[in-house]
Amino acid sequence: MVRVKKAKYLIIGNSAGGIGAAEAIRQADKAGTVVMISAEPYPAYSRPLISEYLAHRYPLEKILYRPADFYDKNGIQAILGRKVTQLDTGEHTASLEDGKRMAWEKLLLATGGLPILPQIKGIERSGVFAFVTLDDARAIDRHLYGGVERAVIIGGGLIGMSVAEALVKRGVKVTIVEMKERVLNTILDQEASALVEQRLEQVGVKVLTGRTVAEIGSHSGGAVTHIVTDDGATLPCELVIMAIGVQPRTQLASGAGIRINRGILVDHRMATSCPDVYACGDVAEAYDFVYGENRLTPILPNAYLGGRVAGFNMAGVTTEYPGGTAMNSLKYFGLAIVSAGMADPPADYEVVSEKHGPAYKKVVLKDGLVKGMVFAGDIEKSGIVFGLMKDKINVNGFKQALAADDFGLISLSEEIWRAYLEAPSSPSAPSAASSSVMGG
Amino acid sequence: MRKIYIKEQACIGCHLCEVYCRVEHSQSKDPIKAFKKESPQPLARLSVEERKPVSFSIRCQHCDEPSCVYACLTGALQKDARTGTVTVDEERCTGCWTCILVCPFGAIRRDVQQGRIAKCDLCAGRDVPACVANCPNEALVYVQNKAGLER
Repeated sequence: MVRVKKAKYLIIGNSAGGIGAAEAIRQADKAGTVVMISAEPYPAYSRPLISEYLAHRYPLEKILYRPADFYDKNGIQAILGRKVTQLDTGEHTASLEDGKRMAWEKLLLATGGLPILPQIKGIERSGVFAFVTLDDARAIDRHLYGGVERAVIIGGGLIGMSVAEALVKRGVKVTIVEMKERVLNTILDQEASALVEQRLEQVGVKVLTGRTVAEIGSHSGGAVTHIVTDDGATLPCELVIMAIGVQPRTQLASGAGIRINRGILVDHRMATSCPDVYACGDVAEAYDFVYGENRLTPILPNAYLGGRVAGFNMAGVTTEYPGGTAMNSLKYFGLAIVSAGMADPPADYEVVSEKHGPAYKKVVLKDGLVKGMVFAGDIEKSGIVFGLMKDKINVNGFKQALAADDFGLISLSEEIWRAYLEAPSSPSAPSAASSSVMGG
Repeated sequence: MRKIYIKEQACIGCHLCEVYCRVEHSQSKDPIKAFKKESPQPLARLSVEERKPVSFSIRCQHCDEPSCVYACLTGALQKDARTGTVTVDEERCTGCWTCILVCPFGAIRRDVQQGRIAKCDLCAGRDVPACVANCPNEALVYVQNKAGLER
């Protein structure tokens, strides 16, 4: 009979979402047992920084998401390098791959995403990697020492860009194959994609758009030596990165009968369809405040915030997730671009934009509300627009100013900036300045 | 915690808060050297916004619910549980600018030269931040809460 241990809070996953929950739980409950289990053997590291690791800019110690003493200091038992194989939500237990079982009172599924690996002929060959985990980065690193001159990256999204940058720094000649007509097509508009493509060209990265890879080939005993595109062209390469994207890692949840759409469906408290079970991060389909519905937004900030909200609710402090949306700050090859919400809106949306030399600002509007934004170059005041979008503030009175060169807090209506800065107009004025507008 | 509040009706847009902030965060603490000689160039961690006749300076508000801390990709940004100050560990900041995208005040600046952010630290080590202490028109105040703010 296996020994059953009991955790008041069991967190499966040890990345941003799990950490966010653990920190919130400890804020609300100093004593309850917290156990974190992760299939990865490392203390929490910053997943976006695996490209810096691969580029040899930072070693592991420098990409840790929290200090090394995080678990000890917070009284958290971390079980790292072990998989959970099954959940019993009725009994409130989790089974581990080593046969042990753990009982829990509240459970968080922060299991993240798995790389999407399409059925391309030859995908099993050696020299083909995903780029999602630190182990992926380590495996690619080892492979590079075997002598890699040329790499093909399949997918021109966020993962593809970040691995391209790392590989260029390692002296590899890179070609990106993107199925759609432009890179970063899900998060940028045409203009910003063009800026990125221009920059890629400057650093010697080739981009093939509107193409897919039909076959990953080998002339030498299973190790990749070339790829063949759908139009029959052959590109020699010693390394292939599958960078199409991630999909929610829902296996545990589906086995336990938890409601799943594309990801695990959660409500405003990050609770799943199953009592006492919560989910957050890349595995969850949570509220998107731009679209007004549940969507996948697999980015770190949303994972952390969702985890934080889940953690408070698990500890009995009722807290609502304000929602997240797609939002990214890109800095590939030194070019600063931020985007959020609908960067490339349908035709019936209004667009306010201004060019400032090579830089530009674009804000997408609908019925006076901000629904999307792209700032390229000068990004320092972009957060103000993001805040207006998040807080659903009507911007009709000053919308032209949003994309202006000198845009700032003072460009908003006086009523709004006074509320933001808690600066009422006269001593007799009621301090209606609601800091809740800002969450500040 | 004490916060810096603006009294915009007293602000004359002289930008001295920027000057003193920059000097305070320089190596030499000397205005001439800070502006002309130092490398890396120290940055002001606040900025003056103007739309005549109104002007005021903007810096990190050290929010109770700091979006920047939650969004930080590396863990460099933290809210100090004891003091309430939002701090940045400069060693761990990689300059990804995600915090800039979520700061509703537009209060975080890019230190491009050093590849990291520059933000108000309330002048760690000083009782009263340099911008407040040196504002010639007392358009900035550093008080416990806004109830103590005479306008």
